[in-house]
Amino acid sequence: MTRPLLFSLLILLSLACFVMNLTLGSVSIPAGEVARILFTRKSEETAWLFIIENIRLPKAITAVLVGWGLSVSGLQMQTLFRNPLAGPSELGITAGAGLGVAAVMLGSGSVTSLYAIRQLGVSGSWLIVFMASMGSALVLLMVLAIAGRVRDHVVLLIVGVMVGTITLSIISIWQYFSQPEQLQEYLLWTFGSLGGVVDNHLLVLAVVVILGLLLTFASSKALNTLLLGEAYARSMGLTVGQARTIILASTSILTGSITAFCGPIGFVGIAVPHLTRSLLGTSNHRVLIPASGLIGSILMLVCDSIAQLPGTQSVLPINVVTSLLGAPIVIWMIVSRHNLRASFS
Amino acid sequence: MNSTLLHTRELSIGYGSTRIAGSLSVQLKAGQLVCLLGPNGAGKSTLMRTLSGLQKPLSGEIYLGDQALAQIPPRELAQKLSLVLTDRVEAGHLTVGELVALGRTPYTNWLGSLTFDDHQKINWALKLTGTDAFIDRRLPQLSDGERQKVMLARALAQDTDLILLDEPTAHLDLPSRVELMRLLHELARQTQKAILLSTHELDLALQAADVLWLMGSGGKFEHGVPEDLVLNGSFERTFAASGFAFDRSTGTFQLYPNPTGPALRLGGDSPSLFWTRRALSREGYQLQEYAEHSVQVTDEGWLIDEQTFVTSIQTLLQELSNRYSYRKHA
Repeated sequence: MTRPLLFSLLILLSLACFVMNLTLGSVSIPAGEVARILFTRKSEETAWLFIIENIRLPKAITAVLVGWGLSVSGLQMQTLFRNPLAGPSELGITAGAGLGVAAVMLGSGSVTSLYAIRQLGVSGSWLIVFMASMGSALVLLMVLAIAGRVRDHVVLLIVGVMVGTITLSIISIWQYFSQPEQLQEYLLWTFGSLGGVVDNHLLVLAVVVILGLLLTFASSKALNTLLLGEAYARSMGLTVGQARTIILASTSILTGSITAFCGPIGFVGIAVPHLTRSLLGTSNHRVLIPASGLIGSILMLVCDSIAQLPGTQSVLPINVVTSLLGAPIVIWMIVSRHNLRASFS
Repeated sequence: MNSTLLHTRELSIGYGSTRIAGSLSVQLKAGQLVCLLGPNGAGKSTLMRTLSGLQKPLSGEIYLGDQALAQIPPRELAQKLSLVLTDRVEAGHLTVGELVALGRTPYTNWLGSLTFDDHQKINWALKLTGTDAFIDRRLPQLSDGERQKVMLARALAQDTDLILLDEPTAHLDLPSRVELMRLLHELARQTQKAILLSTHELDLALQAADVLWLMGSGGKFEHGVPEDLVLNGSFERTFAASGFAFDRSTGTFQLYPNPTGPALRLGGDSPSLFWTRRALSREGYQLQEYAEHSVQVTDEGWLIDEQTFVTSIQTLLQELSNRYSYRKHA
């Protein structure tokens, strides 16, 4: 299949998933009606209009942003670490974002829960995004420093899990001194949720994710040269330190902002780039970045639709669904290790 | 005449406080193939890394033309000097064509888009190295020899006056090694590039190199035309230690420098003479001008002590062994 055809298919598929996501939920709304609401902003059923405009549309847009952001940051990390098992949640980067969020809560003096960030105003959400990104960057730098000493892919994964555990322990200590009702809300946050990111928050998330994606696109040439290793990249004129800083920055703000708003969402960042590479059979980041983003958003829209348990009144946490789908893919990747070696050194 | 593309002034190389070699003043000239030889651990890789700018010198200066290496911005440097390293590249989904195209990185825009000119340079590099035959194959599907050629093609696509190759012949079988050296030699001649390669292939280096750089242990460094270095004994000194000797008359290393077996006089002028000498040396016979016993080499076979005629080296060795009741290591 040629690439333009494949891309057209992916775009069509993601649009279809977007519409499907809007139709499904506790109340099923026909696709035709969804389209009418989207284009004319009118409907005979005012309840449907309300559900689409205020709940499902923001949630679907969030799903697309999360899918793009996590997949692309996972892709960048895999190339930067030269390790196909790198990913935002696997290397503890999302835990770092959680720490940043927790720091805001502690520092502000108002001992509210992480979940309460949505109650903060726009300036508050900027602060949260900034701190979550700094938390991500901190963990990312730590893991990167350790990665220099570790050659084995799986060992790095274990190191990442350990760093994540340390970070989560720090959060737990804080939790220990918190009120029970706040704990409950924190637990809800750890399940992850695409819902509730509306209005100004959605705007902030969109701006930050798009900024992160633009930085990634700008690094695509650097990422391609880094495929050959750092020495070759330097010999081909890449200022490695500078390129690495930009890649770290975009990974941190993508992971940080998404985690701050939606909670830790696992396995999308590690599984999607791998799927994309096998599907397209290329390592060229100019192709991989948009393709991973599209596949990531399709996956998030599908996961969210499943999480809504269509036709019922209950909703599954999004992290549960992505883990159920993503973890087997990671296990399959580790089992077929020759495949790993072939991708990276 | 040949212009000097790279030269060093009082260059010291090493890591941190460890000085590996000092006061190096060397040059690379256009159209020359230079081979860097030396025992393991002499610091060949450190010198290569320092000359390519991957590592800072301890002191002294490296000049590309009249510009100091340290002053050249990375992108500009990448347009003057390219590298082939020993690091094994494992980017599994890259095709040969894509990998070679990466060589154009220093010339492309921020997105890495290839122009017509870029494509021409890539095709030229692919064709010259013979890698155009498997342009769509992926790295894991290549043999070590093919892989090495692909990495060379990438360096060629980078279109630099200087190419530095760190042990490009390692992991290659003999035909691939010979072919690679021949290719590099021709390349230097035809394109007036300066090519520096480090290698352990003494024979090949002696044959192909225009200039040899010898790095001995303890920071000894000598350079010159290969034949001069052989004749003035530099070659022997560089590789002295290890209990084998360099034979100046044949340009080869002798594995058995002190024969202890019976003395033999070897005569004749058949082409088999060379191989007969090798076999006898291996068995420990002392080959002398005047000796009681003799082996005469003819086109048909071997005549021992002007009595016995044999037709293979195996029977020759057997016969000699029986005759003088001599056994190696006995």
